[in-house]
Amino acid sequence: MNIVVLVKQVPDTEAAVRPDSSAPARIVESGIKFIVNPYDEFAVEEAIRIKEAKGGHVLVVTVGPPRAEEALRTCIAMGADDAMRIDDSQLPELDALGRARLLSKAISKSPFDLILCGKQAIDDDLAAVGTFVAEFLELPHVAVVTKLELANGKAICRKEIDGGAQTVELQLPAVITAQKGLNEPRYPALRGLMLAKKKEIAVVTPSSLGISAEELRPSYRVQQLESPPTRGKGKILQGEPETTAVELVRLLREEAKVF
Amino acid sequence: MAQDDVLVWVELKDGVVRRSSLEAIGAATQVAAQLNSSVAAVVVGNADQQTLKQLGDAGALRVYRVEGADYVQFEPCRYADALQAVVKQSSPGLILMAATALGKDLSARLAARLRSALATDCIALEVNDGQISVVRPVYAGKLRAKVILSGPSPIVTVRPNTFPVPAAQTNRQPEVTGVTPEVSAVLRKVALRETVYSTGEMPDVSEADIVVSGGRGMKGPENFAMLVELAKLLGGAVGASRSAVDAGWMDHQHQVGQTGKTISPNLYIACGISGATQHLAGMSSSKCIVAINKDPEANIFKVADYGVVGDLFKVVPLMTAEIKRLK
Repeated sequence: MNIVVLVKQVPDTEAAVRPDSSAPARIVESGIKFIVNPYDEFAVEEAIRIKEAKGGHVLVVTVGPPRAEEALRTCIAMGADDAMRIDDSQLPELDALGRARLLSKAISKSPFDLILCGKQAIDDDLAAVGTFVAEFLELPHVAVVTKLELANGKAICRKEIDGGAQTVELQLPAVITAQKGLNEPRYPALRGLMLAKKKEIAVVTPSSLGISAEELRPSYRVQQLESPPTRGKGKILQGEPETTAVELVRLLREEAKVF
Repeated sequence: MAQDDVLVWVELKDGVVRRSSLEAIGAATQVAAQLNSSVAAVVVGNADQQTLKQLGDAGALRVYRVEGADYVQFEPCRYADALQAVVKQSSPGLILMAATALGKDLSARLAARLRSALATDCIALEVNDGQISVVRPVYAGKLRAKVILSGPSPIVTVRPNTFPVPAAQTNRQPEVTGVTPEVSAVLRKVALRETVYSTGEMPDVSEADIVVSGGRGMKGPENFAMLVELAKLLGGAVGASRSAVDAGWMDHQHQVGQTGKTISPNLYIACGISGATQHLAGMSSSKCIVAINKDPEANIFKVADYGVVGDLFKVVPLMTAEIKRLK
C-alpha cells in the first residue's frame, strides 16, 4: 500500500508567537522552535502502523521553506520511507488553496492508495487543506477521524461530529484527516534518527510542477496579526469557602449577569 | 434579484435548526446591510413549514431547499453538490455558515469545489470598499489575524456563540425555491453507515452558553460528578483540560484548548485548572471567566474576571447549593 502523508512545520505549541513589526502579517520566527504539526503526527503514526501491518511505502510531503525539512526528517526518523518538500520560499504569499494545489499536483505524479494528514495545522487553524486536496484529486474524504480500519480496498472511519460520531465507509484511494485519539505517535528510535540525518529529501518547485504564480495567487490574504485584547483585572476573592462561594454566585448573578 | 445575496447554509439537527445557524443568519444580516444585498438561506434535508417560517422570521428573504432521502444525513460531498447547485442558480456574494464540525467539513469541500476563498471560525466580519474582511483567531487563539478575502463567493464560517441570534420578525414568509443538484461521481465511493449522538441532555462543549471545566486539580474522574451537577443546574456543558483528558478522566470530546476545542461561551468556570498556554488559547475568548484554584499564583487568574482562591472541593458544592437556593 502506497501512503502519502501531508505534513506542515509549525511553531511549537509552547511558543510565544508575536507579530513581526516590520511585516505585520507574519510572526517573529527567531527564537521559535518549529515542530511537526501535532495532528500530522497522528497521520504519520497511522501510516507507519499500516505499513508495519500490511507492508507498503510511506511518503511524507510538505510545502515550506528549507527549514521545513527538519519536520520531514522527524517523520523519516519515525519510520516514513521518503520525503518531498515543495519549495514555497520564492512565492511572495501562498494560501491554503494554493498549498493544496501544489500538494495535489505533486501527489498525482506517483501512484497512491491513501492520503493522510492532520485535521488542521495549529498555526493557521484553517482545517481545510486535506479536504481541498481530496476535492482537487476528485477523491472521497473523511475529516476528523479517530479510528481507521482498512480492508478489501476500503477504509472504515470513525469521525467526530458535535456531540457524537459517525461511521463512514469509503473506497480507496481516499483522503483521511486525523484527530487526536487516532493513535499515540511514537518517539523516533536512535536508528531512525541516524537514517533521517542521511536521507535525501526531494525538493520540487511550483514551476517544475507546472503551476504558475498566477494560479497560486492567494484569495485569502492575511493583512495583519494582532495579540488578542488583554482582559481587565479580575476580582479575586480570598477567605473562607462559605463566604467566597456565596459572594461569587452573587457577583455572577448581579454584576456579570451570566445566569 | 437574487444576485449577490449573502447565502447562509442552515444546519439541521434532528430536523431542528441549530442555534449556531441562526447566529450565522445574524452575522449575514449585518454584512448584507453593508453590501446593500439581502440574506438567503439554503437548507438541505427535510425542512418542514415551521422551519422555513423560522428562517424567514430570522431574516432570510429567500430559502433554497434541497430535499429528498439522499439529503437527510450529512455527507460533505453530497451537501457540497447541493450548495454548488444553489450557488450556480443564485451567484451569492458571500457564503456563510456556522463553524460547527459539519460546517467546517462542508465549507472546505465547497470552497475547493468553487475555488472560493475560505476563512473558518471567524469572530468578526466586515465589508470595506466592497471587500470582505474577517478576523479569526490563529495559533490557537494566541493571535488574531485580519484577513482579506477576494474572488467570487468567499466562504466564511463563524464561531458559535459569537454573533447574536437575530430577533424574530414575525410572519415573514420567505420565498422558497426547490433546487435539484447534480450528484458528483465521487459519491459512489462513500457510504455513511451510522450516526450516533452521545446520550445525555448536555449541550456540546463547543456550543454551550456555560461551560464548567475541570483540570488536574480534580484529582480523579469520580470528582467530575460535581462539575456535571453544576453544569446541569446552569444548563451548560462540562469541559476538561488536556491533563484531565490525558489522564483518562474525561473523554477527548470535552477537551478545551489547543488540541481540543476552542470555545467562547458566555461563562467559563475553570476548576482546578492552572492555565497552561494551550488551555488559555482555547477558552480566552469566553465572555466571563471564573477561576477556582487553591494556588493564588496560578496562570488562570491572569485571565479570570472572577477568581476564588480556595479548595474547589469545598467551593464548588457551596456554589451549587447557593445557586439551587436562589433558583
